[in-house]
Amino acid sequence: MLERAHILVCGGTGCTSGNSNKIYSEFQTRLKEQGLESEVKLIMTGCFGLCARGPIVVVYPEGTFYQHVKVEDVNEIVCEHILKGRPVERLLHSEKEEDGSLKAINETAFYKRQKRVVLRNCGIINPESIDEYLAYDGYKAYEKVVTQMTPQGVIDEIKKSGLRGRGGGGFSTGMKWQFAHDSVSDIKYVVCNADEGDPGAFMDRSLLEGDPHAVIEAMMIAGYAIGAKQGYIYVRAEYPIAVQRLEIAIGQAREYGILGKNIMGLGHDFDIELRLGAGAFVCGEETALLNSTEGKRGEPRQRPPFPAVKGLFEKPTLINNVETYGNITQIILNGADWFASMGTEKSKGTKVFALGGKINNTGLVEIPMGTTLRTIIEEIGGGIPNGKKFKAAQTGGPSGGCIPAELIDTKIDYDNLIAIGSMMGSGGLIVMDEDNCMVDIAKFFLEFTVDESCGKCTPCRIGNKRLYEMLDSVTKGTATMEDLDKMEQLCYYIKENSLCGLGQTAPNPVLSTLKYFRDEYVEHVKNKRCPAGVCKALVSFKIDPALCIGCTKCKRNCPVNAISGEIKQPHVIDASKCIKCGACLQGCPKNAIVR
Amino acid sequence: MINSFDDTPKQAAELQAALDELKDVPGPLMKALQKAQDIYGWLPAPVQNKIAEYFDVPLEEIYGIATFYSQFNLNPNGKHKIGVCLGTACYVKGSGDILNALEQKLKISAGNTTQDRNFTLEATRCIGCCGLAPVLTVNGEVYGKLTVDDVDKLLSKYTD
Ligand SMILES: Cc1cc2nc3c(=O)[nH]c(=O)nc-3n(C[C@H](O)[C@H](O)[C@H](O)COP(=O)(O)O)c2cc1C
Ligand code: FES
Repeated sequence: MLERAHILVCGGTGCTSGNSNKIYSEFQTRLKEQGLESEVKLIMTGCFGLCARGPIVVVYPEGTFYQHVKVEDVNEIVCEHILKGRPVERLLHSEKEEDGSLKAINETAFYKRQKRVVLRNCGIINPESIDEYLAYDGYKAYEKVVTQMTPQGVIDEIKKSGLRGRGGGGFSTGMKWQFAHDSVSDIKYVVCNADEGDPGAFMDRSLLEGDPHAVIEAMMIAGYAIGAKQGYIYVRAEYPIAVQRLEIAIGQAREYGILGKNIMGLGHDFDIELRLGAGAFVCGEETALLNSTEGKRGEPRQRPPFPAVKGLFEKPTLINNVETYGNITQIILNGADWFASMGTEKSKGTKVFALGGKINNTGLVEIPMGTTLRTIIEEIGGGIPNGKKFKAAQTGGPSGGCIPAELIDTKIDYDNLIAIGSMMGSGGLIVMDEDNCMVDIAKFFLEFTVDESCGKCTPCRIGNKRLYEMLDSVTKGTATMEDLDKMEQLCYYIKENSLCGLGQTAPNPVLSTLKYFRDEYVEHVKNKRCPAGVCKALVSFKIDPALCIGCTKCKRNCPVNAISGEIKQPHVIDASKCIKCGACLQGCPKNAIVR
Repeated sequence: MINSFDDTPKQAAELQAALDELKDVPGPLMKALQKAQDIYGWLPAPVQNKIAEYFDVPLEEIYGIATFYSQFNLNPNGKHKIGVCLGTACYVKGSGDILNALEQKLKISAGNTTQDRNFTLEATRCIGCCGLAPVLTVNGEVYGKLTVDDVDKLLSKYTD
C-alpha cells in the first residue's frame, strides 16, 4: 500500500440510491482541495452488506466504519479523520468494548458471525478495475486448472467439495458439470443464471456489482471443465449497475487477453456475451431462461432432455447460478477439503442471505451453512424493530415457505429447510412480526405467481388463479371450513401436475402457512376476524373512549367524515361510513384507535 | 386509443444500424426489441413489422415476444414514470397503501397513464432497495422510507 489511507465508498445499489455517487465525487473534490490525492486512495466498492445503515464509507488502515454518510459530512471526514486522525464520532457505526474502546468492525454483531467466502471481495476491491481483482489472486484459479489439472480433475474437485447449486434446487454442482462434460458435442455452452427474480432477494446482484470478475473466472473454469468455448450471462434488466459492471469487466478481460482466443497463451478459447431479461420471473427457471437467451418467449421446456444434454441452441449446456459460480475459484485455490470443512453434513460452505422485512439490520449476510435462524435474526440481524415479537421468517420466495417462531433454532441448510416445508431458494429471508397476517402473506405470494405464470400449462395458469380466489375469500371472511380443505387439495393437485418449477412450487407458501398458522386461517373463516388486523374486510376501527383525549386529529385525517366528536370529548367512528383506510391511526397521539 | 407514431429519420437510421449489428448474432430477436425500445421508448406496430421483415420471421412471433415480457411497452409512456415497489419487504412495510393513495390521487389504476400523459403509474417487483422499504421510483430515482403522507409532496414535485 503506497497510500497512507484508503477511503472505500459503497457503490452497491442500496447505497447508490442514497447518493453514494455524489459522496464519492465530493471526496474527490475535498481530497484534491487538501492536496491529498496522492496520499489517500479513494475506491468505489461493491456492497458492504449493511444496507440499512447506508450510505456507507470505510476508512483504512483503521477500518473505521461510517454509516448514514451524507454529502455534507464528507468535508468533516477529510478534515478531521484524514488530516487530523480523529474519527468523526457521530457517524460511526459503533459498538464499544467493555472498556469503552471501539470494537473492530469484524467484531460487531453484524459481521462477527459471518464468513465471507463468496462476498470476500465485495466492499474491498473496486469492481471496475481488473487490476485490483488480479491483485487479490484474480484469474489464478483459472491458470491453475489449465496448467495443473485435467477437466475431469476439476470436476472431481468440485464434486469432492460438496458444493450444491445456490439458485434454489440445491443440486450437486459437480454432478451437473459431469453430465455436461459427458455429453458429446463439438459445441457446448456455459450459462450463468443472473435472473434473481425472488422478491426481496439481492445476493446475486451484490456479487455481480461487487466482484464481477469472480463470476467470469468461474465460468471460464467451467468452460475448461466441460469443453465449452462460449458463455452467456443472463441478467435481469432491473439491475443496471450490475449490467454496467459486467460490461466493463468483460471488456477489460478481453483487453488483457483473459477472454477470447488462446487465453493467457495457454491454448484455450472462451468468451462471454451478456443477455438481458425483460421482466418475466419465470425466466429464472433454467429451461425458460434458455428460451429467453435464444431471444424467444421465456416459456419453460419439457424436461428431459435436461440442459446438460440439449440446452441452449439445442447444444449441451451447463447452467449455474451466480452465487454457485462465486464459490468456484475459492474451491480451486483452497481445495475441496477446505470448503467441505464449512457447513453441515450435506450442505457445505456458506450461503448468502438477503435479510429483509421487519428486522433492524436489513442487508446482505453470508453465513456458514448450519447457522441457526436465531443467530441470523437476533444476533446478525439485530432483532425486530419497535420491540415487536418475531412471528415467522419466509425463505425461498414465492416457491418457499414460512418458518414459524417455534422453529427459530432450526439450523439453516438445504435439507432442514425442506424438512420443515420451506426451501433454501436463492437466499431471500424475509422476517415477519406480529403485525403481519399469514393469510395475507400467502395471498401476496400467490398473486405474484398468478401474475408471473407463463400460461403454458393449465394446472399452473388456472389452478393458481382459483387458489388465489379461495385465499381472497378467506381474507374477506366469506370462506367456509370446507374451503380450507379444498384449498389444500388444490395445492397438491397444482404441485403434482404443473409443467415447471414455477407451478410445482407455487402452492408452497399456502401449504406452509396452513401447516403452521392454521388457527389464523380458522379465525378468519369462523370468527370473521383477522388477528393481525391486516385484512381490511375483517377489521373494524374503534376509538377507546378511555384513551381518547378529543384532540380531533383523527376527525381531520378521516377522508370520509366518518368520525365525530367534540373537542376534548371522546370521538366515535361511524362503522357504516368507515372505509377502513387507517388514516385515523396515523397521528393519534394516544394510540386510542383499536382494530 | 390509437397512438400516433412519428418516426424521425434519425430514429429510423439508428434502428437500421442496430439491426445490422445483430445480423449474425444467434437468437437476436429480444435484443432487437430491446434496442428498438431504447430508440423509440416503446414498440410501435410499424417497428415490430420492420424487425419481423428484417429477420424474416412472422410478425406474430415478434408480437409474441413483445407481449410476453413486462418491460416491453406497446403503448407510449407518460412523462414521469412512477413505480411503486410491491416486493416483499416493501409490501410488508405498507407499500400497498402508498400505491392505493397514488391511484386515488392520479385517478388511474396501476399500469396506466394519466390523461395528460404526465404520469405513468406502475407496480413493480423488488428493485433491490429493501433496506429503504417502502420505496417507489420516479423516473428511476428512488424514494425510500415513505408514508402515505409523502405522496402529495412527491407528486407536486413532478407536476408543472
Ligand atoms: C420459477 C423458478 C424461478 C427460478 N429463478 C431462479 C433465479 O432467479 N435464479 C437462479 O439462479 N435460479 C433460479 N431458479 C432455479 C433454476 O431453474 C436452476 O435450478 C438454477 O439456475 C441452477 O443453478 P444452480 O444449480 O447453480 O443452483 C428458478 C427456478 C424456478 C422453478
Ligand atoms: S422489496 Fe422493495 S426494494 Fe426490495
